Amino acid sequence: MHPRSVDFEIHMHVSIHHYLVLAAVLFCLGLLGVIIQRNILIMLMCIEVLMNSINLTFIALARYYNQVDGHLVAIFVMAIAAVEAAIGLGIVISLFRNRQSIDINDFNSMRG
Amino acid sequence: MIPKDFIILIPLLPLLGFLINGSITYEQLRGRVCANKSMVSFVACLMPFLSFALGLWVLLTLALHPEIKSISTPHLLDWMILDHFHLTFGLEIDHLSSVMTLVVTGVGFLIHLYSVGYMHDDPHYSKYMSYLNLFLFFMLVLVVADSLVLLFVGWEGVGLCSYLLIGFWFTDKEKAKAGKKAFIVNRIGDFGFMIGIFLIVAAFAAAVPPDTGTEIARDFLSFSYLKTHAGVLTPIITAVTLCLFFGATGKSAQIPLYVWLPDAMAGPTPVSALIHAATMVTAGIYMVARLHFLFVMAPFTMHVVATVGLVTALLAAIIGLTQYDIKKVLAYSTVSQLGYMFLGLGVGAFSGAIFHVMTHAFFKACLFLGAGSVIHALHHEQDIRFMGGLVKKMPITAVTFLVCTLAIAGIPPLAGFFSKDEILFMTYANEHTRHYFWVGLFTAGVTAFYMMRLFVYAFTGKTRYEHPEKIHESPWTMTLPLIILAGLATVAGFLGMPGHSIIGGWLSHLGQITPHHIEGSALQEFHLMGISVGWAGFCALAAFFLYKRNLNFTEGLKRTFKTLYSFIYNKYKVDEIYDFLFVQPIKGFSQVFLNRFFDQKIVDGLMVNGLALSSRFLGRCLSLIQTGLAVHYLLFLLIGLCLVIWFIVNG
Repeated sequence: MHPRSVDFEIHMHVSIHHYLVLAAVLFCLGLLGVIIQRNILIMLMCIEVLMNSINLTFIALARYYNQVDGHLVAIFVMAIAAVEAAIGLGIVISLFRNRQSIDINDFNSMRG
Repeated sequence: MIPKDFIILIPLLPLLGFLINGSITYEQLRGRVCANKSMVSFVACLMPFLSFALGLWVLLTLALHPEIKSISTPHLLDWMILDHFHLTFGLEIDHLSSVMTLVVTGVGFLIHLYSVGYMHDDPHYSKYMSYLNLFLFFMLVLVVADSLVLLFVGWEGVGLCSYLLIGFWFTDKEKAKAGKKAFIVNRIGDFGFMIGIFLIVAAFAAAVPPDTGTEIARDFLSFSYLKTHAGVLTPIITAVTLCLFFGATGKSAQIPLYVWLPDAMAGPTPVSALIHAATMVTAGIYMVARLHFLFVMAPFTMHVVATVGLVTALLAAIIGLTQYDIKKVLAYSTVSQLGYMFLGLGVGAFSGAIFHVMTHAFFKACLFLGAGSVIHALHHEQDIRFMGGLVKKMPITAVTFLVCTLAIAGIPPLAGFFSKDEILFMTYANEHTRHYFWVGLFTAGVTAFYMMRLFVYAFTGKTRYEHPEKIHESPWTMTLPLIILAGLATVAGFLGMPGHSIIGGWLSHLGQITPHHIEGSALQEFHLMGISVGWAGFCALAAFFLYKRNLNFTEGLKRTFKTLYSFIYNKYKVDEIYDFLFVQPIKGFSQVFLNRFFDQKIVDGLMVNGLALSSRFLGRCLSLIQTGLAVHYLLFLLIGLCLVIWFIVNG
């Protein structure tokens, strides 16, 4: 089936696979971002993307199996993401105050 | 009739004494208690006395019930249980052990009593007493053991105690060295002993095929089993007995391992009397007598035993002529007398040898204790050139010393005469060793000469000690043992009257080899006796009058035969030869190979430093992946995650 021949109007049926594939794509994008970005702020954002892709998986599967557990975990993940963002930003600010930089490659004092 | 479990107490009582006094010593060293000397003395002397009483009971039981051959507790404890070999702890007292038990505990008790006076002012009195008790324990284990292995335990134990007591004043480096020397030389002999035991085990193991399931496990190192199955050892009997005899030369100070005994005189004098004259050094003789059934199977070994004994007796006696240290003279005399005992064993006079062990224990202990009494009075002066005239100051010591001097010289009716003459007669009666008799006779004369020289030097003439007014007779705890031992040395000989020897009958189970017992032997024995008494008496009198007239009459001879004299005075340079042949090569090997190469290069260099360097190098390599860049850590994390997922999915 050629993509162009898909009739979105009529046959639009969003199955569980679509959610999962979207989540996987988001996850990979986030991971790629974390790895290749040097700006700590953007890395933090990519981590948010990672977590949201996980959240998406949870909720999709919770709906699919008609169970409430996935929803609960998603709420937990959101709470933790908020905390992580707060702490992460705090660290970034403190780093910037000390070193006047938010380039991850400038922080290599752990080198053996 | 003694209940047979009581014989366990004979060795255990001295052990109890050791434990009591040992714990007192330990607490005292910790500063917790202050030892009460009279209590320590009481415990230390009581235990040997009780053992002596039990030993006497055993002897009476055996004497009154001739049908009882031995009293034994064969199975006290299991020791090793293997498929075909079952080793148990067991004690057995037969006629031979009962004599040895009485000698060990009796003389041991007297020497404990003597030590109370001699060591009274020593700061480590309780330690000394506990060591003495420990020694008695091991010696009694040796004597009443019913298997070769338990005998070996006692054998090693007395070696340990000998080491502890020779080096008792270990702050003096020379004395500590003497202890070490005794221990190491003994170890060399023990090595031979162990090889002998291993050979026996190997022979029996080969004789019992392992797949015969019907064979019950047996203790084939017990004396009773060895005796009934000695035939198994026939092919290797000469090797076995030679190895065992080599062990005996170490413990009983025979050529080639006698060098430790003169040095062992560094210990306190009662120790020299107990361990290095009366008891421990006779362990080798006891062992050979105990295993006589093996030795008689090996005529070559018997010949070696007799020859070694004879040569040792002669050479040690000649050294004794030249020494000036009172204890050294007695030490060489001990070596020489032990040589006589081995001569007796070698010609098959086992009961004669044991008889000489007994009489020697009496008179030699008395001589050593007398020497100790003199040393005590003269404030540790041991050189006989600085003694003299003590007969007036110390009459009891002098008289007992004289009695025992005559006893060792072989003057009738004192004990040494009977036992020595029995050995000499048996030497003569044995056709193969008849010519040894004359050497033995000559040695007896030498013995009489140097012993009388010692007596004249130490006790007669003018006092050459610088503070004669300070000399005093020793306290009763020291003189009483002297009197008792001198009394025993006087009367013990009658146990072995030629013709109707009590001790010979008592030890008849040891047997005797006299292939061609001479017709009218009693008459011949009296002839030989006459010769030896005449010769010994002549030598003793000659020594007495020559030295009495002029102590330095030998100076001219010394100058004429200067090289020979210094050769003998320096004990034939044997120590130097051993030093050159064995000690220095071993030291060199240890220094160059073991220390400089093996220890420093291999152990320190390769093992210790090498391990440290290699882990440091590995650490360097691994630290390279610690780049400090968060991205790399993340990548590693990712790779790890992928691997985990891969394993979960495919594994």
